[in-house]
Amino acid sequence: MNTEILGIIVMFAATLLLALPLGSYMAKVYGNERTFLDFLFNPIERLLFKVSGIDARQEQTWQQQMAALLTINLVWFVLGMAVLMNQGWLPLNPDANPSMSGHLAFNTAISFIVNCNLQHYSGESGLSYLGQLFLMFLQFVSAATGMAAAVTVFYALRTGTYQTLGNFYNFFLKSATRILFPICLIVAAILMFNGTPMTFEGKDTVVSLQGDTVQVSRGPVAAFVAIKHLGTNGGGFFGANSAHPFENPSYWTNMVEMISQMLIPFAMIFAFGIFLKRRKLAWTIFSVMTIGFLLLTIPTIVAEMKGSPAMDQLGVSQPGGNMEGKELRFGAASTAYWSIATTVISTGSVNGMHDSFTPVAGINQLLAMMTNCFYGGCGVGILNYFIFIILAVFVSGLMVGRTPEFLGKKIEAKEMKIAMIIALLHPFLILAGTALAVSFPGYTAGTLNNPTFHGFSEMLYEYTSSAANNGSGYEGLGDNTPWWNISTGFILILSRYLPIIGPVAIAGILAGKKYIPESAGTLKTDTGTFGIMVFAVIAIVAALAFFPALALGPIAELFTK
Amino acid sequence: MKSNIFSALRLTLVTIVFFAGIYTALVYGFSFITPNGGKGETTVQDGKTYYTNIGQSFTQDIYFYSRPSAVGYNAAGSGGSNKGPNNPEYLATVQARIDSFLVHNPGVQKSEIPSDLVTTSGSGLDPNISVAAAKVQVKRIAKLRKLNESTLVQLIDEQTEKPFWGMFGPEKINVLKINLALDQVSKSIQ
Repeated sequence: MNTEILGIIVMFAATLLLALPLGSYMAKVYGNERTFLDFLFNPIERLLFKVSGIDARQEQTWQQQMAALLTINLVWFVLGMAVLMNQGWLPLNPDANPSMSGHLAFNTAISFIVNCNLQHYSGESGLSYLGQLFLMFLQFVSAATGMAAAVTVFYALRTGTYQTLGNFYNFFLKSATRILFPICLIVAAILMFNGTPMTFEGKDTVVSLQGDTVQVSRGPVAAFVAIKHLGTNGGGFFGANSAHPFENPSYWTNMVEMISQMLIPFAMIFAFGIFLKRRKLAWTIFSVMTIGFLLLTIPTIVAEMKGSPAMDQLGVSQPGGNMEGKELRFGAASTAYWSIATTVISTGSVNGMHDSFTPVAGINQLLAMMTNCFYGGCGVGILNYFIFIILAVFVSGLMVGRTPEFLGKKIEAKEMKIAMIIALLHPFLILAGTALAVSFPGYTAGTLNNPTFHGFSEMLYEYTSSAANNGSGYEGLGDNTPWWNISTGFILILSRYLPIIGPVAIAGILAGKKYIPESAGTLKTDTGTFGIMVFAVIAIVAALAFFPALALGPIAELFTK
Repeated sequence: MKSNIFSALRLTLVTIVFFAGIYTALVYGFSFITPNGGKGETTVQDGKTYYTNIGQSFTQDIYFYSRPSAVGYNAAGSGGSNKGPNNPEYLATVQARIDSFLVHNPGVQKSEIPSDLVTTSGSGLDPNISVAAAKVQVKRIAKLRKLNESTLVQLIDEQTEKPFWGMFGPEKINVLKINLALDQVSKSIQ
């Protein structure tokens, strides 16, 4: 079998095999059960909470948890702005990089606290090492924030009636210390053994064999790249992200980074099933997500391995497929696989430049972010999917004439309203943003790197990536302008916090309702039929809302000769 | 709300110490026992040090060419061309690269040029070319260096890096390594 395809299959299988035990470990952590790492983390967490003056055993309602979540995110934002706008004169700046402008710092700070990591700068020249380390800290805590919100939903969906749903700080800190931290140490070690630097020495100057004098940017890369993937953050240390040979030196490191970015989204689904003792439901969810993922991945791989038709016309051969913007050591197939993995799970790290992919790949990358719930980001993926479950329960309930129920709780008007608002918010932000950008060409036309349909795709992609909190980009877009920094910044805030508050609110309301035991009249939600219903709801919402915009961008490019 | 802000501030400070401080220190400490001491993999030849994984610009005809680069192989930055596949300006650039290659490699057919030789990589620092891209340059280099073509084909075979564990991913050639080896071959013959 083709070694490039085999590599992909192994990556997927390895992710699944590692996610199963990790899921059961996570369920134990969140259920406050004993684990083999207690001896280490119990005292550490006790100390951190003691210094913070937090009682992590205090039960909170969902409203109290959301207040705590928003408050601490606000603190990170203010601190982030301060660090980025002053890094020029602060310590750990061997390359003497400047402080960020106000609008760039605004965009960057938001982008990293919301787990998006849209980067309108290049790490080599845009950040000091202090800036990099602070952003690395934000990658830990933003991932843990998403996971904590998902756990609140886990608690809310337990059998019974609850007013309080555990403690936000407890979920948050445990996600960071017991899950992200130890796995990051392992990933960072593997990367360093394979050539990723971890140094504070600044740029090196070398003379090439041919006699050119060039500089080589370095830095504390290994620590950064580990959490960038595990936390589905995706913010690169260097401008080229994981295409850079220091961030991702070989096919082996590429596999490790690929597996680590999909690991927690997979494991979260299994943790959900184990925690609630509804393993079949978890497998149904996982299957629907996997089908969606494969439907996006397979055509992308085929198109990229086949190569670009325009290149065929020039008369060169394309044994490696479409190689513009790709690295030889990964090849077209695994770069295509990465491009869909990173867009479905909201990592947004790239190991090849999406701007130079074929139009078929572009359609699928955009659809991956437009649906935004096949696996999805750390914690928030399952929250997005939860919204679609609620919609599907309601639609199925209408179809068969039964009261819509999910896990023994009635879904009523209030929950439906919230679910509809959240489901419609995503297309609204993307389409309204793109429409505005097109309406003010004075601010945007000069920032495009490609003409016609592809130029439109660059703008559509930027807002889609922002609204999906993804962070990848059609990087040709000259996006470090006040227009892009500020407009995407606001979309990032709305598209992060509302899709967290919405599902948590629904779950919180359901938790307070009377539990109705399952009977013969209950609509079963862990069956294949119901899985198909959820899939149909996702497909209809995404396809109907986005088809016209896609038609103006990559679809038009595909059919233009 | 007020208690939230105080808790948030204090928790932020201690988590900065833990995740930006202790975590970084652990990884940094560990870097000293890795093969390259956390400074990036290097190759030394004739007293000169090169970064093995950071591609170099090879444009002289006596060396195997590296891929075109959007950043000129200056690793002070990184990035691709970000040109769309159907951008006319981009296709004209590729056409010019093809023409230039054909001028420097008489006897080579256009259809023998693999696309990686006329396209830029994602990082602009790609250290590799494909095996086909090395083979298509054999004639030119053999003539200029007065070497047998078979010697060069053998060199390419030796320098071909197999897929990971022999099973996963593409085959490739590190351009710096093959050119260092090429200089050695030339030296040993003189």
